[in-house]
Amino acid sequence: MLHYALSRVLWLPPTLLAMALVTFLVMHATPGSPLDPVAEGANPLSPEAQRNLAKYYGLDRPLHEQFAIFVSKAVRGDFGNSFVYKTRTVREILAETFPVSLLLGSMALALAVVGGLMLGILAAVYQNKGWDYLSVSLATVGVAVPNFVLAVFLIILFSFVVPLFPTGGWESPRNWVLPTVALALAPMGIIARFTRASMLEVIRADYTLTARAKGLGEVPVVFKHVLKNAFIPVVTLLGPMFAAVGTGSFFVESIFRVPGMGRFFVLSMTGRDYPMIMAVVLTYGAFLAVMNLAVDLVYGVLDPRIRF
Amino acid sequence: MASSTPASDFKLGGGLRPPSDASPQEDLRGQSPRSKANTPGASRSRGSSLWRDGVRRLRRNRLAVAGGCVIVLLCLIAIFADFLAPLPYTKTNFARLNEPPSRTYLLGTDQLGRDLLSRMIYGARVSMLVGLGAQVVIVLLGVPIGALSGYLGGRTDLILTRFVDVMYAFPRLLFVILVMSMLGAGLTNIFIAIGLTGWVGIARQTRAQVLAIKEKEYVDGARALGAGFGRLLGRHIMPNALTPIVVAVTFGIPEAIFTEAALSFIGVGINPPTPSWGQMVGEGQQYIRSYWHLCVFPSIAIAVTMLSFTFFGDGVRDALDPKLK
Repeated sequence: MLHYALSRVLWLPPTLLAMALVTFLVMHATPGSPLDPVAEGANPLSPEAQRNLAKYYGLDRPLHEQFAIFVSKAVRGDFGNSFVYKTRTVREILAETFPVSLLLGSMALALAVVGGLMLGILAAVYQNKGWDYLSVSLATVGVAVPNFVLAVFLIILFSFVVPLFPTGGWESPRNWVLPTVALALAPMGIIARFTRASMLEVIRADYTLTARAKGLGEVPVVFKHVLKNAFIPVVTLLGPMFAAVGTGSFFVESIFRVPGMGRFFVLSMTGRDYPMIMAVVLTYGAFLAVMNLAVDLVYGVLDPRIRF
Repeated sequence: MASSTPASDFKLGGGLRPPSDASPQEDLRGQSPRSKANTPGASRSRGSSLWRDGVRRLRRNRLAVAGGCVIVLLCLIAIFADFLAPLPYTKTNFARLNEPPSRTYLLGTDQLGRDLLSRMIYGARVSMLVGLGAQVVIVLLGVPIGALSGYLGGRTDLILTRFVDVMYAFPRLLFVILVMSMLGAGLTNIFIAIGLTGWVGIARQTRAQVLAIKEKEYVDGARALGAGFGRLLGRHIMPNALTPIVVAVTFGIPEAIFTEAALSFIGVGINPPTPSWGQMVGEGQQYIRSYWHLCVFPSIAIAVTMLSFTFFGDGVRDALDPKLK
């Protein structure tokens, strides 16, 4: 176990380095540069001014040198200045936007886990009854329909038809509700589906029969005997879930005007803001890698049958 | 080869080849492998009866049938968009901007005075093209790579599985967005971007299938009878590995449609003025306060399409692989 955990932790830096390299190459294979005079919206600068700027930002050096400089600085958390928001460093922007995305993501994930488990349990306990159909259809809609489409429906329903929540912004907890729900529905659906399937399997197991046979009530049977075992496969889902919530936030954040990292990523994409893009991709990547690792380790702790 | 595969399978394929994946194959087809190897006529009737069984099961599933009907309808709309659309999708009317639905403009007009209904009809074309076209790219790339990797084993397999692992570490959508920003917006580039990232999953699945099937006795039998590489793979292994691939393709279609909609939503997908539902939602959501119809109708179109494909895909999976449910 310890050996496995250690080797997984040691694999983190190479994974991140590979991620940085891929992103770096993709960005530089892109036609057009921030200084390109024919690019859309570029400054009509004189060649000398462009050369100076390229020198200032280190864009005149060979690619491998640029990459090496980038990595050595990134390790210290220095991602340079944003090309688009010239007065601010990437670190400042990230320091401002990452907590917002983190808050939104954690709330969505918490809602997804709690809601998904509840729906899954209800569906399994009342199999083929009203609750089951309700939770299965909710799960199907959540999984199948893209979150930005769900966001539109949520705004129409809860901002216009029933004016409960504002259409966007991030000022007060009331603004948080709709983006969180929009982001949570897809993972919630997946968790509900898995919980239901896994519960149904456990409900038919012999030890559940034994628990009932010794006269245990329905509530302790479900919570102590069924749920505990049914929960294990659901934990493996949490890794991909982080990824879904992370990439999902691009869309949800831009629809609800949430000042988070996802929205900045979309903006920096069109502006060819190299430092910003690299930083965002790496932050997401590092975050996901760490979370996947945590999930795998927790899985090992929860299920003693698993040996690494 | 036999000595090299179990080792690589143990290391990399342990999680890739769940028993539930392989066992339905055994149940459905493995009963009399010998007749398959010897008499092609018998194998053909057996093969078609599996598919006939599948179609029968599919037709009993009402949700799947409903989904299938909507999909057929959408395809017809996409094909006959030129005849169905009341106006060309570029036709502007600056006297009537952002109008709500009326008798002249059934679903209203957009911010340039273009007929929303016509744009949505042409949007169906983009969605269907991407959904089906991307699958062609994915299958053409993924199936041969996966089959070869599973069949040859050894170093080829090792390189492929390592590569697949790295690709899996990347959040898929993030990678597609990166590739699109490199290639630029446009329909062909969407095919390329989705194909480049999507073949990995199907290659993985094909590989797992081939690995399971190539150890079967009837493959040994065919090899003993002198069947060559191409005949073994094409005639004996691949037809039996097809079911999960078909299921994966059915689920890949809505995923591709979703990806296109998401890309167009953030503006790196389909180039205007060609309409796409995702792009219409993306542009329309900015005016959601004042002109709700701009993003609501395309949103409904996306939702209905995605749900239909999901129901249909669930039906196909249940019909072909009853154990995977």
